[in-house]
Amino acid sequence: MFAALIVGGLVAPFLAYPTFLMKVLCFALFASAFNLLLGFVGLLSFGHAAFFAFGAYVCGYLCKNLGAPPEVGILAGTASASMLGTVFGLLAIRRSGIYFAMITLALAQLVYFLEVQLPFTGGEDGLQGIPRGRLFGLIDLSDNMVMYFFVLAIYLAGFWLIHRTIHSPFGQILKAIRENEPRAISLGYAVDRYKLLAFVLSATLTGLAGATKAIVFQLASLTDADWHMSGEVVLMTLLGGLGTVLGPSVGALTIVGLQDLLADKVGSWVTVITGAIFVVCVLLFRRGIVGELRALSFTRRSGA
Amino acid sequence: MTIFGVPPQLLFGQLLLGLINGSFYAVLSLGLAVIFGMLNIINFAHGAQYMVGAFVAWIGLAAFGVNYWESLVLAPLLVGAFSVLIERLMLRRLYQLDHLYGLLLTFGLALIAEGVFRNYYGISGESYEVPEQLQGGMNLGFMFLPLYRAWVVVAALGVCFAVWFAIERTRLGATLRAATQRPDLVQALGINVPLLMTLTYAAGAGLAAFAGVLAAPVMQVNPLMGSNLIIVVFAVVVIGGMGSILGSIVTGVGLGLVEALTKVYYPQASAVVIFLIMVIVLMVRPAGLFGRQA
Repeated sequence: MFAALIVGGLVAPFLAYPTFLMKVLCFALFASAFNLLLGFVGLLSFGHAAFFAFGAYVCGYLCKNLGAPPEVGILAGTASASMLGTVFGLLAIRRSGIYFAMITLALAQLVYFLEVQLPFTGGEDGLQGIPRGRLFGLIDLSDNMVMYFFVLAIYLAGFWLIHRTIHSPFGQILKAIRENEPRAISLGYAVDRYKLLAFVLSATLTGLAGATKAIVFQLASLTDADWHMSGEVVLMTLLGGLGTVLGPSVGALTIVGLQDLLADKVGSWVTVITGAIFVVCVLLFRRGIVGELRALSFTRRSGA
Repeated sequence: MTIFGVPPQLLFGQLLLGLINGSFYAVLSLGLAVIFGMLNIINFAHGAQYMVGAFVAWIGLAAFGVNYWESLVLAPLLVGAFSVLIERLMLRRLYQLDHLYGLLLTFGLALIAEGVFRNYYGISGESYEVPEQLQGGMNLGFMFLPLYRAWVVVAALGVCFAVWFAIERTRLGATLRAATQRPDLVQALGINVPLLMTLTYAAGAGLAAFAGVLAAPVMQVNPLMGSNLIIVVFAVVVIGGMGSILGSIVTGVGLGLVEALTKVYYPQASAVVIFLIMVIVLMVRPAGLFGRQA
């Protein structure tokens, strides 16, 4: 699977616009990080936009106002999202199920208002014109092709980390919590610690995606922090396939591609279409694209 | 004369606004709690139903000459009827699944409603005239009380009380509470529980639409008015817990007043104060002020 991803990633920029692909990769990483939490621990966070935006703002501020090189900006953005994730996680895991979703949504709205009001976030305008700079002082990222391969490397690293996590003993315990929490507790696992760790990991990788996005588009704005963004990443994950490794990336490609395709044709109907996809997914298509394909191949194999 | 350095007109004016917002928080969190109790679904579309209620009033007046009082009856009925369809055709299929799917479905519905209205009416917002019977106001000596604002508080709290009475003191309410606890047993006793669920959802949605009509003359009628409000209401629900009806009302009104005081004394924090209170409550009493830990 990795080989296919790498080959696909290397060929893609010769077939499609690198800018479009970089957007897909950032959101694919975002959705994969989100899926780690929803798909493998069963926790629905409706506030992941906060980590995405926080990573983007911190990275943007460092690179634009303090002249930091991009790798420092991205690392700092990731680390800040990780800290924010720890705070969110400690609060949100005190409640479960539906309350968890409402708490993360409210906390993310808190971060949104802070980003509107704090002096160094640029208010309604956000941070514009963030310099891409030179990676390690050597590689000029202003070239789109160079930038693309850098983003691809970040995505693959993040994806690999998620893949490793899911297939580790730690990941098995997460799945046990998802399937039957009281049983995991009775087996002696400190469930809250595992949940928190998964939450922080998910927030960290989301921050990485956000910070990378800030460098790619040279922009950190309130759109990143809005609750619509949290909803969008839920949709990507759901559409691609909850709890599948590849699903969120497929979902991100589909949604970003759809938005790109429809943006100049239907204007503000995009929200309606997004909502309709949500409804259809929940009612008819709960396994998502990858999940359905996998189920299909299973039935084929058992039939033959 | 000033109170802690603030002229009383300003202070009481803001407190009245806080009382109004608090009444809306109370009505909406009540509707959420009733729906959650019966259907086990968090109705993300609650904000959209509130927004649609306001728009029904506005469109009714602008296009069909339906006056305010007629809208107050018509909007909840229309939104309620539409919600019957939503429950029958969509939500019903999700009861056997994880609660999260209900949240996601209603989130999608909220996006659709918001998108449709944004497409036709933009995001600038429309204003709705205060009905003539409620124009003007009274001078209370320490402040000027606009009649309409007083009416909103009275009507919203009246509705809250009516819901409390219906659930806690009537036969239908007793059936409803029983069905919340043990739907299988109540069904076995010959009561049509699926119908009860449909009606509960419609009533909750109608309540939101009623609040929307009440809000139309005091707030801008705007496609985003619901989603901005519903997130605050979620925080209110987390703070109060969904265990008790009176708890929801007290929490809603109380938080509206706290928000108003913040607006007077430290305006920078007014947008976030409810979320901050939620954080504190989660640290001190994670089950919520009136909730029981599930």
